[in-house]
Amino acid sequence: MGRYFFRRFLYSLLTIWLIASVTFFMMHAIPGGPFTREKAIPDEILRVIEAKYNLDAPLYEQYFDYLKGLVTFDLGPSFQKVGTSVNDLIVAGFPNTAKVGFFAILAIIVIGVPVGIVSALKQNKPLDYIVMFGATLGVTIPSFVIATVYIYIFAGKLGWVPPFGLRNAVSYIGPMIALSGYSLSFVARLTRSSMLEILRADYIQTARANGLSEYSVIAKHAVKNAVIPVITYLGPTIAAIMTGSFVVERIFAIPGIGRYFVESVTNRDYTTIMAVTVLYATIYVFMVLLVDIAYALVDPRIRFEKEKA
Amino acid sequence: MKRTLILALLLAFIMPAALFAAAEAEAVEEEMVLNWNLGADPKTIDPGLNGATDGGDIIANTFEGLVVERNGVVKPGIAKSWDVSADGKTITFHLRESKWSDGSDLTAHDFEYAWKRALAPETASEYSWLWEYTNVVNSTAASMGEVPVDEVGVKALDDYTLEVKLVAPTPYFVSLTSFYHFGPVKQSAVEAGPEGAWAKDPSIYVSNGPFVLTSYVIGDGLTLEKNPYFWDAANVQIDKINVKFIDEASTAYTAYNAGDFDFLNDVPPAEVPKLIAENPEYYIFPLLGTYYYNFNMDLDMFQDANVRRALALSIDREQIVEVLAGGQVPAPGFVPPGFPDHNGEDFFETAGNYGIETDDSQFAEAKKLLAEAGYPDGKGFPKFVLMYNTSEGHKLVAEMVQEMWKTNLGLDVSLENQEWAVFQDTRKAGDYEVSRGGWITDFLDPSGLLAIFTEGNAYNDPNFNNPAYDAAMNRALTATTDAEHYEALYEAQDILMTELPVVPVYHYTDAMLSSPAVKGWSRSQLSGTDFRYATVNR
Repeated sequence: MGRYFFRRFLYSLLTIWLIASVTFFMMHAIPGGPFTREKAIPDEILRVIEAKYNLDAPLYEQYFDYLKGLVTFDLGPSFQKVGTSVNDLIVAGFPNTAKVGFFAILAIIVIGVPVGIVSALKQNKPLDYIVMFGATLGVTIPSFVIATVYIYIFAGKLGWVPPFGLRNAVSYIGPMIALSGYSLSFVARLTRSSMLEILRADYIQTARANGLSEYSVIAKHAVKNAVIPVITYLGPTIAAIMTGSFVVERIFAIPGIGRYFVESVTNRDYTTIMAVTVLYATIYVFMVLLVDIAYALVDPRIRFEKEKA
Repeated sequence: MKRTLILALLLAFIMPAALFAAAEAEAVEEEMVLNWNLGADPKTIDPGLNGATDGGDIIANTFEGLVVERNGVVKPGIAKSWDVSADGKTITFHLRESKWSDGSDLTAHDFEYAWKRALAPETASEYSWLWEYTNVVNSTAASMGEVPVDEVGVKALDDYTLEVKLVAPTPYFVSLTSFYHFGPVKQSAVEAGPEGAWAKDPSIYVSNGPFVLTSYVIGDGLTLEKNPYFWDAANVQIDKINVKFIDEASTAYTAYNAGDFDFLNDVPPAEVPKLIAENPEYYIFPLLGTYYYNFNMDLDMFQDANVRRALALSIDREQIVEVLAGGQVPAPGFVPPGFPDHNGEDFFETAGNYGIETDDSQFAEAKKLLAEAGYPDGKGFPKFVLMYNTSEGHKLVAEMVQEMWKTNLGLDVSLENQEWAVFQDTRKAGDYEVSRGGWITDFLDPSGLLAIFTEGNAYNDPNFNNPAYDAAMNRALTATTDAEHYEALYEAQDILMTELPVVPVYHYTDAMLSSPAVKGWSRSQLSGTDFRYATVNR
């Protein structure tokens, strides 16, 4: 098992390196640069500025400098916020993104899974229809609509919540709903369909035939197997939510890092593009690894190493 | 398993509670506070490095240059007075005794340091190109590292006298010193926080304006407090300005209506018509800039001036401005309103419309011109593409122009948009037929706009090469009297509007929403909104 994880860890590093490299070269291939302006800076001045940030060096040299910075956790200066390092941007923004993301993920798991289970148990009953109707809405309504309407009604018309920022407990509700809406609904649907399939499986019939109580059939045997696809889905979802959303952070004015995924590309803020991409990739790879471990815990059929002959 | 779930749930409820307990503890004090939404988190608020309006707004409240410009009028700032030599090439500023926000003396040496730092190549200021237009001796060469900054014609003769040597008389030079790029910075502070980091760090921040920075949270907001060392501090009323960086206009507007803000730099476009009609606190100001389209003058299809004129005449600018509904001014010429000439009359008014009506009255004439050029009803004219950078606003204008050219002239025009940075490369490379352009000037002189169409200028996107135009602009920039200067500029715009390498569409405006509680704020055409003498009475 230890050897397996060591190997996986090396593969993860390789994946992150590949993503970083591909992003680096793609980013430099697109037209424009960090100093492209409406008032285009005259070439002579531009050359001076580029020399200062080492952007005039050969690309391979910039690439190796970048890798060197990456392994020493020095992500360089931000071009969009002069005098601020990218490390500072991440340190300032990530906690806010993570706080909101944490509650959103909690909602997805704590609400999404039980709702899906209950819905499966009440299949084709009114409760099931209501839940599935809600879940369809949740999957189809885009987060910016939820966010804008939420602010308009609850902050603007009713004044129940602050219109922006993370000022108190109540202010977390809106971003949490907007951020988790899609995944929560998706998880509920996924749990329901997976649960329905399991409930028809032979071993559930056997368990029932053996006289186990309905509670232990559902809780011990059915649910445990039904959540496997949910775990698969949650890995990447957690990575995505923990790194924030441009739309949700913008509308609720949360000073997080989600905005940098879009703004850094628009501004060609090279160092920030790399930082958020690598951060996302790292969390993603780590989550995928966690999912694999979770499989083993939930499903005894999954083993990490080949059985010894 | 169950225990962990309970723990998790418990955490979920406790964590936010703990978070807001801290936020609730807000002190209630009897101080005058202004709550202002700036929009985006500015790239920098260091005067020498800044190149954007949001940074300019903050600097207008935290720094004071030699002179101050409010609504186009230049008033003494740190300079009490100034003398211009008989040949117009030496300007001597006489500074008042004033202090930095740390209590130390502010002298002419601080200005000399700040200016030389702003243009030095190692500072890498985006605005260092502006020095080319200042005509200060050696400034352009120094900004490119060709001569040492010591040889630039700026010198503190003593603590309160600053002498500037120019290569040619520059009537707008004094007004230019009101621009944030020419603000003073304190050497010890700048060196304590390199790359402008000092300007976001309250512990080392030093300024000389009505307010000082007391906090800065990346992506969230900043706080300004009254500077007791400001030379005119006795007349500053506001104690504290809370600035937020909310870039989503609809969120900020909801917060404004809930009373969280007193002043907004931006409102949702959908609310604008209602605000114009109903709210006297919604202000629209002309900006010194123009929205236009470039014709690629290197292409055969745009060689005939009649063709270009036909295209210009067939645009109903008034309809465009009406649809945009932001108070924009239809543009018959390139120079917008707001520049008084040597007779004190507005350049825009005096220049007239060059026979180009801004409404729909000249469509027939346009058609005739196109027929005379050999394309009756647009027949035989090549298909072309109108290119703009991706944005809802630009798309709207482009679609209207496309429709007008199609209906009025029978031309086959298609639209194409490119992402901003890509678009700029395309336009610069001349890889287009018709492209969108926009230009807002940084100094109170029409030459800031007209100079871009001289041969070899970095922003001459249509690639307009006209010796008569270049000669007129050259005369304007080397003129020794105001009359000579403006006459040359009128002549230059005459040539531009006869040749029409560009079609001006409208002149930009800027709008802001103020709560009725806020009075007495003022605005600089170049540098932003100033709250030094404003009051807030809730």
